[in-house]
Amino acid sequence: MSRFVERHPAWALIAIIAIAILLWLIFAVWPPGLEEAIGRKRVFLNAVFNGITLGGLYFLVASGFTLIFGLMRNVNLAHGSLYLFGGYVGYAISASTGSWILSFIVAFILTALVGVLLQVIVFRRMEGQDLRQTMVTIGLSIVFADLMLWACGGDFYQIQTPSWLIGPIDLPLITAVKSSGEPVYLRYPLVRLVILAASVVIGIAMWLALNRTRIGMIIRAGVDDRDILAATGVRIQLVFVLVFAFGAGLAGIAGVVGGTFQSLSPGEDIRFLLASLVVVIVGGMGSIPGAALGALIIGLAEQLGSVYIPTYAIVVTFLIMVLVLTIRPQGLLARR
Amino acid sequence: MSKCSVGLLALSSLFLSGAAIAQEKIKVGVTATLEGTYTVLGEDGMRGHQTALNVLGKKIGDKELEFIVASTDATPDSAVRAVRKLIEQDKVQILLSPLSGDEGIAVKNFAKTHPELTFINAASGAQETTYVDPAPNFFRYNMDGAQWQVGLGKYAYDEKKYRKIATVGEDYSFIYTQVFGLVLEFCGMGGQVTNRQWVPLGTKDFASVIAALPDDVDAIYLGLGGADAVNFLNQYQQAGGKAHLMGGSIMIDQTILSSKGNAKNALIGTIAASGQADTWEDPGWQKFVKAYQDAFPPNKRFPSPSLLATNYYDSTMALILALRQVNGDLSNNQAKFREALAKIELDAPNGKIKLDSNRQAIGTNFVTEVVDDGKGALFSKVVKVIPNVNQTLGYDPAVFSKIGLPSRSVPECKKY
Repeated sequence: MSRFVERHPAWALIAIIAIAILLWLIFAVWPPGLEEAIGRKRVFLNAVFNGITLGGLYFLVASGFTLIFGLMRNVNLAHGSLYLFGGYVGYAISASTGSWILSFIVAFILTALVGVLLQVIVFRRMEGQDLRQTMVTIGLSIVFADLMLWACGGDFYQIQTPSWLIGPIDLPLITAVKSSGEPVYLRYPLVRLVILAASVVIGIAMWLALNRTRIGMIIRAGVDDRDILAATGVRIQLVFVLVFAFGAGLAGIAGVVGGTFQSLSPGEDIRFLLASLVVVIVGGMGSIPGAALGALIIGLAEQLGSVYIPTYAIVVTFLIMVLVLTIRPQGLLARR
Repeated sequence: MSKCSVGLLALSSLFLSGAAIAQEKIKVGVTATLEGTYTVLGEDGMRGHQTALNVLGKKIGDKELEFIVASTDATPDSAVRAVRKLIEQDKVQILLSPLSGDEGIAVKNFAKTHPELTFINAASGAQETTYVDPAPNFFRYNMDGAQWQVGLGKYAYDEKKYRKIATVGEDYSFIYTQVFGLVLEFCGMGGQVTNRQWVPLGTKDFASVIAALPDDVDAIYLGLGGADAVNFLNQYQQAGGKAHLMGGSIMIDQTILSSKGNAKNALIGTIAASGQADTWEDPGWQKFVKAYQDAFPPNKRFPSPSLLATNYYDSTMALILALRQVNGDLSNNQAKFREALAKIELDAPNGKIKLDSNRQAIGTNFVTEVVDDGKGALFSKVVKVIPNVNQTLGYDPAVFSKIGLPSRSVPECKKY
């Protein structure tokens, strides 16, 4: 951080000012002039929070994707199918047992198993052949999509939000002051806050596991140079299988999350594949902090876009991607 | 010589019999949105189509109908691609297409490049399709989105005493047409539409849209369909939304009312208008509902047919009845068949339907209210039936043409 400030003082200043303005916008009570210019503060705050929580969901999907790519140089275009599969499994479990928590566990385990099968049956056979792997995963994603359409139909599924999470809560952020002087607090859906908290916890846990544990060290070494790592006697294939299983499992969890606060239907697989591709392209392929930053940027862009420039909301995401590819083609937080 | 003529005769009879075999089948291409946001709508449309075949049969005199289905995803290019494939690859002679608004405009324009074929609209409801520069070989037996809203504005103003409303709708031609119909009537009564929000088709995260809904209105009108509607309701429930709702024709429809989960309960008591009402007493409607229910096991259908099933049923019915009138005669660029199509009056399950000079349906409209049947299933209950709704909504055509075409901001909220 301090190195960045030394090297780019102007950019650092702009960033600090932008953050200060953002904090002021969030915490201050807006003067009437500002409300007239860009609408009510409640709308703005909601859009920001929604962007962050949506970013949390994108992060869950994209972090598995980027982890697999980082270690195996393997663009798994069937990742969206894993997301949808996890969602359907979660729906089945929550509908039959009524337990939301259990649906996460089962979805994680089953999608992780599918991930293991994919790695052992498909990817191990064509290691190092990027193009072939990409084509095979595109094919697989189409096959999976049709299989799931056959099994689950074209219906929309929603995973039941547990009763203790339904409804909004008041956050200690003032959106307006009534004429009586009584402050109006921001009301926000509790379930989205829980999901955000969960993805932050998972993100930090992943960062710790990668940077503070032995297995993390092996994975980082594998990202840098897997041939040398294999030569040192590490059972690299086992590491691959584990990482693939974990990445797939995360996509499965994300499916349950997505099924809870959005809905599951055919086509969601492609949408989330596309979202995670954009996220990792913006953040930097193979970087976990990059995935977090990319997810945050894309989530905020989508939500703020849908409020302030609804007609062009879709374009904003891709404009950001184009911009990043032009200025910093390797992604914002890529190491190389 | 005689040998030669016998040979010729044999040869020509061979050709003739060959031609007879080819003519025994009449090929019809069908498109439905079996992918993307509107998948459920397309699936139920196909159920309606199948119900019509069950009821009416596939025989046209000594010929038989053969149907080839192609899938679209509600975008105009996917519809044109599917129609082109049906024509060029499968050599269909008649098309039953498409399902969704933007698709309809694109297919109508495409129809002009194939004047030798006949297009029967399956379910699409954008006004422009038949109102602006209509194609002579394109027939629509369902009403457009604006016709389907007739009665709603008046009911909201008179009975529910709503004075100020805001709208949220998907950003494409069919919903523009629906809001057009609503605004025209509601503002004509003296109501106000303070805010119109448009979201892209296929939006998943509505939280910010929900936050931006105004508080100072009496009701919020929802012009959403398929997965978008379900997502909206789910997130609306999570955000603790409490406003009065009004619904468009594919919002208050079995495609949404029988979705899984309990978010749909926010719709109980919502008023809407559409080309059908689930609980209508009419014997023709009840017979159709029965035929639909008998055709599919309960877990493979909705409790009651959706608007899409009804539209596909009606258009398939028009196709078969008109073909039977001309005994399957498609000669001379299908001229006789088209004449029969233009003249036919359908005794459809959702009321009598006839076509105007633009080959656009004049039919019956229903104002409805969502009720719970006591067992957790939601239905739309009739509150008003309005017969003979035409495309200019009862306005003088000259006045109507001055209003402009439905778009994000047309019509203005005033009395025309």
